[in-house]
Order: sequence, then structure tokens, then C-alpha cells
Amino acid sequence: MEIWIKLWRIVTNSRLFWPLAALAVVLLFNFFYTKDFFVVEIKDGHFYGVLIDIVNRAAPLMLLAIGMTLVVATKGIDISVGSVIAISGAVAASLIGGNLEYVDGTQKLVTLVPMPVAIVAALAVTTLLGMWNGLLVARVGIQPIVATLILLVAGRGIAQLITQGQIITIYYTPFKFIGAGYLAGVPFTLFIVLLVFAVILYLLNKTALGLFIEAIGINSVASRFSGIHVSKYIFLAYAFSGFCAGVAGLIICSNVSSADGNNAGLFMELDAILAVALGGNSLDGGKFSLLGSVIGALVIQSITTSIYATGVPPEITLVVKAIVVICICLMQSTSFRTIIFARWGQKRGSVSESTTVKL
Amino acid sequence: MFKGIRIAVALVSAAMLILVAGCGGSEQGAAKPGDKIVLGFSQIGAESEWRTANSESIKASAKEAGIDLKFSDAQQKQENQIKAIRSFIQQKVDVIAFSPVVETGWDAVLQEAKAAGIPVILTDRAIKMSSGNAEDYYVTFMGSDFVEEGRRAANWLVGFMKKDNEPVNIVELQGTVGSAPAIDRKNGFEEILKGHSNYKVIKSQTGDFTRAKGKEVMESFLKSAKAEGQKIDVLFAHNDDMAIGAIQAIEEAGLKPGKDIIIVSIDGVKGAFEAMIAGKLNCTVECSPLLGAQLMEAIKDLKAGKTLNKRIVTKEGVFPADVAAKELPNRKY
Repeated sequence: MEIWIKLWRIVTNSRLFWPLAALAVVLLFNFFYTKDFFVVEIKDGHFYGVLIDIVNRAAPLMLLAIGMTLVVATKGIDISVGSVIAISGAVAASLIGGNLEYVDGTQKLVTLVPMPVAIVAALAVTTLLGMWNGLLVARVGIQPIVATLILLVAGRGIAQLITQGQIITIYYTPFKFIGAGYLAGVPFTLFIVLLVFAVILYLLNKTALGLFIEAIGINSVASRFSGIHVSKYIFLAYAFSGFCAGVAGLIICSNVSSADGNNAGLFMELDAILAVALGGNSLDGGKFSLLGSVIGALVIQSITTSIYATGVPPEITLVVKAIVVICICLMQSTSFRTIIFARWGQKRGSVSESTTVKL
Repeated sequence: MFKGIRIAVALVSAAMLILVAGCGGSEQGAAKPGDKIVLGFSQIGAESEWRTANSESIKASAKEAGIDLKFSDAQQKQENQIKAIRSFIQQKVDVIAFSPVVETGWDAVLQEAKAAGIPVILTDRAIKMSSGNAEDYYVTFMGSDFVEEGRRAANWLVGFMKKDNEPVNIVELQGTVGSAPAIDRKNGFEEILKGHSNYKVIKSQTGDFTRAKGKEVMESFLKSAKAEGQKIDVLFAHNDDMAIGAIQAIEEAGLKPGKDIIIVSIDGVKGAFEAMIAGKLNCTVECSPLLGAQLMEAIKDLKAGKTLNKRIVTKEGVFPADVAAKELPNRKY
């Protein structure tokens, strides 16, 4: 008995327990209420099913969440990512060009510039925009929410300017592979997320980068006095967040083969912040878990997909989503759990006794 | 004594005011026939291809009709529109037309226009007054009838399917929740289908008028319909962009859009015509921004002393796939 309680405490104290529990609850709901939710079949040589959709649709959000986690860990926030997505798509689409040409009845693939150039340009522009945010926060010393608000507002205008207010349709089919292609039967977007995730995880753990970022989030003044180049790391976090938003923008743009300056990535900055929070990360900075944020993004997309699958009327989908999110947040809140479990513990005296003894 | 002077001044200024007001009236009446009609038009902005085509149509038609157009772009702001209308009143234009960016808040400026005796035409969007009847403040409201568009989509569908008894399962991609086109198009569509009980909307969800959401929701529809053992026969999308997104989802599910699933949407943008030529979309119901010619005609009628209908519906067509190739070169938006 004692061992089980100990084990339970170790498990629940793990950072990833509650995000995983939230994901499990959402999936469990679908197991009972949505028919064939877990069925994955093979269609046209790739996996096909609701779970695959969730992973594929969550990919841009997972990327945003990875970037956002680092920014949040430095005690900052980046609310410009939604607009950066729109700019990324706009740059790529306008460079590839919306040309539909037929030669002898078959479509001829034409681009204004080679596709890799367009992709690199889009990522360069978005990384630059991230650097701009970093500059405002780290060097100029503007509060993060205000500094990134500038780009949130201006960004959509910039995207509109690039696309000249039109939705650019990309007819160059190879571009579609980024957001809608499959590699070894699995959505290509998943490989992109894994690559970004692996590279940043390696950098964080094999170098002192992760430690520095956490230190800055916990106490930036103390970090500076202990010799950490604080402004450099804050700058890099925002630049990386811009880069992640750029990749997410390419995926979103490629998935529907068009760039929509008005709607691409609209309100996604909020989902990204929510993913970070659902991942068990404190918005107050400091210790962070990248994997937690990625799971948080999966939870959000699972909720959205479940809502579509269960046929909730469109008028109330947002309310349903909000209620689910509130419940998950409450579940994760330590003080809320203390209140609930304190009552539960009183009935089983031994549990609370052992707790007090250990404390 | 000073009191007496004050009263005299007040009297004189009151008299002058009346005179000025009188002059204003007579000046308007004195406009000679043959003079160019002056139209003040306040546009919302240039937020979409649709709106740009709308502006272009008004500018081109004014030129053609020999009407002097004073065009002002409000950049999505009501205060800019109110300023523009006030300046039109000061310039004593013959007619004011505008696409209201929001429904309410026009009371004061429209009263000023009415006091100045300048007729007002609403284009594309309607208004509400906080008190009194809005209809007293404009001569006509010209624009698309969203309910009629929904009816046309349903009518085309019933005529195309030619099925009276077999069940027809429809999925619907709604526009932004609460927006006028989404509500009206849904109502119009359902109104016609009431008379055909074998047509059933089995799933309906919002796709926010965007390609990305249209695709995501359609993906989900396809899977849940399959899990529930239902066959989707028809997709009705409240705009072309959602249909274009959904077409990709249908293709990725290994089905043939336009054949396995019949698709009808609304707007008539270029992309829809390209999809129809490729055989992936079956029909688009036009929601035309090209109301310039009708607007100029209405203004000329007005100046000739005719009374206009309070509601003028834009001339719009229904374009099935077989006319798409012929129609595409004519599309302006």
C-alpha cells in the first residue's frame, strides 16, 4: 500500500503527468462517444484516420508551442506568431507565384523563383521578424507583450501588402508536399516537427542553453551577475519563436495551397500560449518542458477534432472548447487539487497523516 | 438697452438662418439639366478581392454613365465614413451612396444628409437606426439577397440530382457564426429543401469562410460519416473558398470531388471557375460585387424624378460547371 502511494506521488509529481492525463481524458471520451475514432487504415499508400488528422493538424501548433515555450521560459511572451504565420505564407506564395499554365492540356509547373529559394526566403524573413521582437525586448527593454503587440497588429498589414490583399493560390504542386505530403505513410509535417524538436532538445540539453534560459526566467538580474549574457539569450528565444512561426506558416500555406493574409494563423498565438500552459509550464518563466507544450498542442487539436467529430452545433463549439479547457486547467492546478483532495484525504486519515509526516 | 440690442441681433440672425436654409433649397432645385450628376461614394476599404472588384465596378460605371464620382476609401473605419459623408454634404453632391462598415451609429450623419435634402443610397449592406425607421433615411438599399442565394443553390441542386425518393445526404459548411450571409444562406437553402423530404442535411459546421477551416472540417465530416455508415452525396458550402478547401480534403480521402460528392457553393470567384473547369466543383451561385451599372441607372432614375424601390437586388446568375470554361474569361473577381 505504502509503495503504491509513493509511486502514485512520484508519477503525479512528474511534470508530464497532468498534460498526458488531459490528453488521455480527451481521447478516452472519444473512445466511448466517437465511433471509429481510433481506426487507422491505409489509403493510397499512407495512413488515414482521425488520429492521423489530429497529428497532422496539430503540427503547426506544436511548432508554435515549441518556440513559445522558450520565450515564456525567459519570462516573456510572443503574441505576434499568428501574424508571422500570415507573413511567412505570403512571402512563400508570392515568390512561387500563383501561375496556372496549361501546355497541351496538361498543367505545366511554373514558379517565379525555385521553391527552395522561396522557402528559405520565407524562413529568413520570419526569423528576422523574430529578431525584431527580440531586439525590442532584450535591447530596447520594452515589455514583451507590448513589443510583440506591434508585430501582431502590423504583421497582417504587411502580409496584405505582400499578397496585395488577395488570396494567392499556389498551383505549383511540389509545394503541397510540405503541408499535405506523406513520407513512409506518415504526414510529412510530423517529420518537420520531430526535426525541429530534436535539434532544439539537443541544443538545450547538450549545451548550457537550457540551463541559462531557465536561470534567466527565474531571476534575470542574478543571472546577469553570474555572467550569463541575458540579452543575447532573450534575443535568441524570440528569433527562434519567429523561425518556428515561419515553419508553421509554410505548413499552413502549403496544406491548402494558398496564402490568405487575412485568415492564416488568425488567433493562433492564443492557442500557442494555451498549449504552453496546458503543457504544465508556468507563464511566469523558469523551468519548462518542451515535451509538455507539444502534448498541450495535441490536447488542443484533439478537442477541436472531437468537437467536429461529435457534431456539436457550430454556435456553441467555442463554449464547449472553453469548458473543456477550464476543466483541464483546474485539473492541473495544484491549489485546486489540494482543496479537492484535502476533503478526500480527510476521509482516509492515513493518507493525509503520512503526508504531514513527510512534510 | 443692451437687452434690446441682443434681442434684435438674435432676431436678425434667426432670419438669416432661415434665409440661408431657403437658399440652400433653391440652389439644389436650380441645378440645370445637362449638368453632370455628382455622386459621393464612401467605400468600406479594400479588404478582399470581392471589395476591390466592387470599387472597380462603381468607378468604371460612373465614368461610362457620365456621372462625376467622388470616391472615398474609409479603410474599415466608421469615423472615416462619417467624415466622408459630412464632406459630401458640404460639397452639396447630388447623391450620396455608401457601403456601411457597421450596422449602427448612422443616425446623426443621415439626419444631416436628410436636412440637406441629399438622397442616400445604401449598397451591399443594411443599417439599423437607434430610433425611428431606417427606411426614412435612404431611398434604396442595393445589394445581394443572401437568402435568395441559398434558395438558388438548393434549387439548382434539386434540379441537378433529379432524385425524388432516394435519400440525398448533404453536409454543410457554414460561414462565420452569426454573420448575415451565413444565417441567410442557410435559411434560404433549408427553405427550399423543406419541400423535398428526401434531402437531408446530416452534418453542419462552421468553416469560417476560409479554405483552411473548410478543409479541416470536411476531413472530419468524411471520417465521421464513414464511421456512422452514412454516405455523403452533396456538399453545400456558404462560400467558394471553403469549397476549394473541402475539395482538397475529399481528394485526400481518395474520393472524386464533383463526382462522388456533388459540390455547390456561393460567390462565383475565379478559383471556383477553375475548380469547375477541372471537374471538381459542380455549381457556384453568384454573389456579385459588380453593382456599378445598376447603381448608376438608379441614380439617373432618381434624378429624373422616379421613385426607386426600397430594395434593389443585384443581378446575379447561377453558374453550373458546363458553362465555366466559357464564363471564366469574363470573371472580374
